[in-house]
Amino acid sequence: MKRLLAAGAVTLVVAAIGLSVGAVSLSVPEVLAALADPSAPGALIVRDLRLPRVLLGFLLGGTLAVSGASLQALLRNPLADPYLLGLSGGAGLGAVVAIAAHLPMAWGVPAAAFVGAVGAVGLVYHLGRTSSGRLDPRVLLLAGVVTSGFATAIMSALMVLSDAVELRNAFLWLLGGLGRASWQSLGLFLLWIPIPLVLLFTAARSLDLLALGEETASYLGTEVEQMKRRVIVSTALLTAAAVATAGMIGFVGLVVPHAVRRVMGPLHGRLLPFAFAIGGALLVAADAVARVVVRPIELPVGVVTALVGVPVFAILLRRESR
Amino acid sequence: MILEGKGLVVKYPGASAPALAGVDLGLGAGELVAVVGPNGGGKSTLLRALLGTVALDAGTALVTGRPVGQVPRAELARIIGAVPQREEPAFALRVEEFAHLGRYAHLGPFAPPTAEDHARVKDALTRADVWGLRTRTIDTLSGGEWQRVRVARALAQAPQALVFDEPTAALDVRHAMELLELTRALVGEGLGALVVTHELNLAARFADRIVLLAAGQVVAAGRPAEVLTDATLRRVFDWPVAVAEWGPGIPQVTPLRPSDR
Repeated sequence: MKRLLAAGAVTLVVAAIGLSVGAVSLSVPEVLAALADPSAPGALIVRDLRLPRVLLGFLLGGTLAVSGASLQALLRNPLADPYLLGLSGGAGLGAVVAIAAHLPMAWGVPAAAFVGAVGAVGLVYHLGRTSSGRLDPRVLLLAGVVTSGFATAIMSALMVLSDAVELRNAFLWLLGGLGRASWQSLGLFLLWIPIPLVLLFTAARSLDLLALGEETASYLGTEVEQMKRRVIVSTALLTAAAVATAGMIGFVGLVVPHAVRRVMGPLHGRLLPFAFAIGGALLVAADAVARVVVRPIELPVGVVTALVGVPVFAILLRRESR
Repeated sequence: MILEGKGLVVKYPGASAPALAGVDLGLGAGELVAVVGPNGGGKSTLLRALLGTVALDAGTALVTGRPVGQVPRAELARIIGAVPQREEPAFALRVEEFAHLGRYAHLGPFAPPTAEDHARVKDALTRADVWGLRTRTIDTLSGGEWQRVRVARALAQAPQALVFDEPTAALDVRHAMELLELTRALVGEGLGALVVTHELNLAARFADRIVLLAAGQVVAAGRPAEVLTDATLRRVFDWPVAVAEWGPGIPQVTPLRPSDR
């Protein structure tokens, strides 16, 4: 209960910061006034730009963290992140193809990235099936790596062949950011995520068992193949939507589950909700930093999460190996 | 019969000979059946075949009279408490949390553990002599403690039968004896127990029946003194042994050195 309140408090503080900072700084009272009164000064900034951005950042961060935590249990690999099963390469290739084909940045590129991500996971899923129709996690991991590698090779070739503006657009898109957040993109994302999220949250106890290995999980009551399909399809749909919405935001899905596991323990009934809250708060905070650190230029939020995530991860690894 | 295999045949892809070539085996309530035999003889495959974690090429595996493939896994987990040979958890749970995993088949996806679940777990941890370890994380346990914690989890399932694959492999004499004494006591309370082991003398002391498995076939099955004879063991293990009688109906097997012959 205490921890629940703490997670809630962190989220609120981070949300307040996210609404206040940016190219124009607002105080917390100014933010509250703007939220209450559409004619207040700064209302346009707070209501139309920052509020959807903060909400979207929270949902994205939470989604990535829950996907990462679920995949780490399923693959029994603490290094698993949501992009592992070919998503990063597939999404990147889709986006770069769309940019090279001059599809609209507003919807063409996200749609192509989504298709690329889902296509890549589909290929990985197909490659990961054994002759008897079972999914082999080790083969899935390898298939993810080679699929991503192949897609990245094509993507790199396309980027080298494209002109400077396209190259810069593709590069910025791949690094990820919440700069394109709007009520519209928030609404789309919000429509998309509930079903896969519920499928993962209700699989929490099966994830506890799958983390013991498939044979043991089966003896303790898990329908193993059914559960593997559920987790892979759900995380793929969530991550593909996240990538289509905000590009490739790294390290949230890798680091947050580790950090939360240290505090809350590894049982997924507690881990998944807290990972959602902390992942969401972390991304909102990282986005706030990205907006102000080299004002007026915005850093890609993926750069900030990597700059924070890598040292945190390194410290966690050092502590765990002791 | 709690578990029953009839004509079980399992072929692994790419293997020239079947891992199981027509094995019959039954386990009833209140009996301890030991499965012994050389490495690669099909012991672990037999357990997996009975428990539905390997596909059968022929034969039927029945759990309380129903084909194992038609029994939902959660229901199976309430009938059979199985401890496979190897298990490498990805995360370091505390011992008590780990034993609670044995209760999952009794809970819904969200329902918190009830007083009965807590009582079962406490009883299981106490009987396996690991209640004192309950706040330790499983990555800090010795081989023997780890094995007993896994047995405790199987007890927490409140099953009708226990299935152990080499439960004494990492245990010293005292812990091996304690584990089998516990298993025997549970069998005395009406549980069935199917135990794969390499320890012929422990099998002889504790089992009601022994099934000797080699090259995927039952070579001998019956009371310990009927199965553990020097002619049979010599042939199956391809090594000379002397079989003495330790007590009435309890053979004791001693492998021989060349200088003994």
